[in-house]
Amino acid sequence: MGSRSRTGVLLATAAALALSGSGCGDSSTGSSADGSEAADAAFPVTVRDATRRVTIERRPERIVSLSPSATETLFAVGAGDQVTAVDDESDHPRGVPTTDLSSYQPNVEAIAGHRPDLVVVPASVPRDVKGGLRRLGLAVLAEPAPDGLEDAYHQMRELGLATGHAAAGHRLAQRVRGEVERRIAAAPDGPSLDVFHELDPDLYSASSDTFIGRIYERLGLRNVADPAARRTGSPYPQLSSEAVVSANPDLVVLADTECCEQTPAKVARRPGWDEVSAVRNGAVVGIDDDVASRWGPRIPAFVTRVVDAMEVARESAGGRR
Amino acid sequence: MSAAAAIRARRATPARVGAHAGELSWRWLAAGAVTLAAALLAGLALGPAGIPPGALLDDLVGRLPLTDGHGSLSALDSAVLWELRAPRVALGALVGGTLALAGGAYQAVFRNPLADPYLLGAAAGAGLGATVAIVHVGVVPLPLAAFVGATAAVGGAYLLGRSVGDGRTTATLILAGVAMAAFLTAVQTLLLQQDTENVRAIYAWLLGRLSTSGWSDVLLVLPYAALSAGVVLAHRRLLDVMRVGDDEATSLGVRVGRVRFLVIGAATLGTAAAVAVSGLIGFVGIVVPHAVRLLAGSSYRVVLPLSMLFGAAFLVLADVIARTALSPAELPIGVVTACVGAPFFVVVLRTSRLAST
Repeated sequence: MGSRSRTGVLLATAAALALSGSGCGDSSTGSSADGSEAADAAFPVTVRDATRRVTIERRPERIVSLSPSATETLFAVGAGDQVTAVDDESDHPRGVPTTDLSSYQPNVEAIAGHRPDLVVVPASVPRDVKGGLRRLGLAVLAEPAPDGLEDAYHQMRELGLATGHAAAGHRLAQRVRGEVERRIAAAPDGPSLDVFHELDPDLYSASSDTFIGRIYERLGLRNVADPAARRTGSPYPQLSSEAVVSANPDLVVLADTECCEQTPAKVARRPGWDEVSAVRNGAVVGIDDDVASRWGPRIPAFVTRVVDAMEVARESAGGRR
Repeated sequence: MSAAAAIRARRATPARVGAHAGELSWRWLAAGAVTLAAALLAGLALGPAGIPPGALLDDLVGRLPLTDGHGSLSALDSAVLWELRAPRVALGALVGGTLALAGGAYQAVFRNPLADPYLLGAAAGAGLGATVAIVHVGVVPLPLAAFVGATAAVGGAYLLGRSVGDGRTTATLILAGVAMAAFLTAVQTLLLQQDTENVRAIYAWLLGRLSTSGWSDVLLVLPYAALSAGVVLAHRRLLDVMRVGDDEATSLGVRVGRVRFLVIGAATLGTAAAVAVSGLIGFVGIVVPHAVRLLAGSSYRVVLPLSMLFGAAFLVLADVIARTALSPAELPIGVVTACVGAPFFVVVLRTSRLAST
């Protein structure tokens, strides 16, 4: 980036501050379409991704997204028309331009072949890929997996800002935050419940040190994967069947219903699992793998399902006691 | 060679190999049995659930016939012990015994100390089968796919080796196995690369694990393990004779080709059943027979039965480490066997080199 863009950066920062200020102020009334128009005019803008500031000179019209979460957000803020291609895992909302681009092993030439002016990638993408795209003069946004809900809302606002939909990004973040907080407030009270979040039938799980785990924390749930995470240093530890059964979780969330066709009925048939509280009380809940792993506009749907299962677990716990 | 000469030759063989050195002593057999029993007990007693040893013993004794105890275990602990831990221990013993025996058998047949049960492509074939089953979930059950892959790979390598070799040397057979394994591994890697969604599941299988699907897996492996053990052990004397070389063994009346076919077939069947339920557990098949050979003597009448006992004990103990070292997280058992196996293998190599110089 040359010095040419430095004033642009300052301007964009000022614009962003002004926008976020107004967004907070009148969030209850909600900005009209005029807000988006105003944002359109505000380019160049500067956003911060995982590692650096990224300046986007003009409104991107050919966006390539290699992050399913970002794809959902881009469409939710109204940038869908500007999205040219998305990776092979991006499948929501209906009609996204799914291609065979891979987010695990991205190919710089294949991405460049779509002639993008903005590329959104997961921060986990290899550094040489990001470097390669930047050398081609493309704006690259590397979005990390969020640390928690606030981080996720922040990404929504930034994706809105980066695509000329700053106001819509702001509204989306506000709406999702509002729905999530309402559902968390409606979660049943009582002694805290233990949750096991299943990523696949090999019993990989998500500890409290993950985005999903942070949501469980907000719901006051204890995560049975935490001791394993502490021992291994991995936020996604693999547990043995014995460890899960003996931890006796009150709540089992299956995030492997699509990939691996797991169901509450199948869980009940696993050896030893019929003695687990969650199985006995019917508090095993299958949630679409994608809803249970992405940090986009469908976060409230995930929270709703978990809170429903918590109510089931709580009722039977209350009945037993 | 006349039948009479063959019988004479066969009678002559024990003297040739050494009647005393070649026989399995009761002491070693007892040592193997005791080690295995201790390993099984440790396997039952140790685990992340922390079941109190006293209650566990109560429960064990209560389950013996002619006793009137009822265990003091909670329903949950009882489920953990008998539906999760016990089948896992049993499976570890079966798989470990089968792989170690198959390794010993392969080393005997190929007269090659580096031979292991995966020499002729069993691992690569099973890996491909398992990958296909994981990628196309629901089409074929994983154990069946892995079993078919392993047997088909070894069968293919055997036919290939025979068609290019003159059937008299094992070298062509080994080379055919190497080619088969390389090809199947390449196909498997290609499938893996194209289906990044399932990388973790496939990777977990490749690293080996004693599966948690309860007693059904034990029952699945048991018949193959028994058949494999029966056939291999029945040939232990002939395998000793074959140590002197194909031509010499033939002149002593051994039908070398037939023995080789039967032993490879039986060892492969056992290996295929083992990998079908437990994935690719390495080093058991190579480390255990060598250890036995170092300690108890090199006759296959000693090595084969003892490999089975110590192999079973070794894998049960390795699994105890796998599920307690980072408890409640799980280590892949293939990592444990290799971590113990690799340094041990170096020791074996050093010792045997010193002994031979």
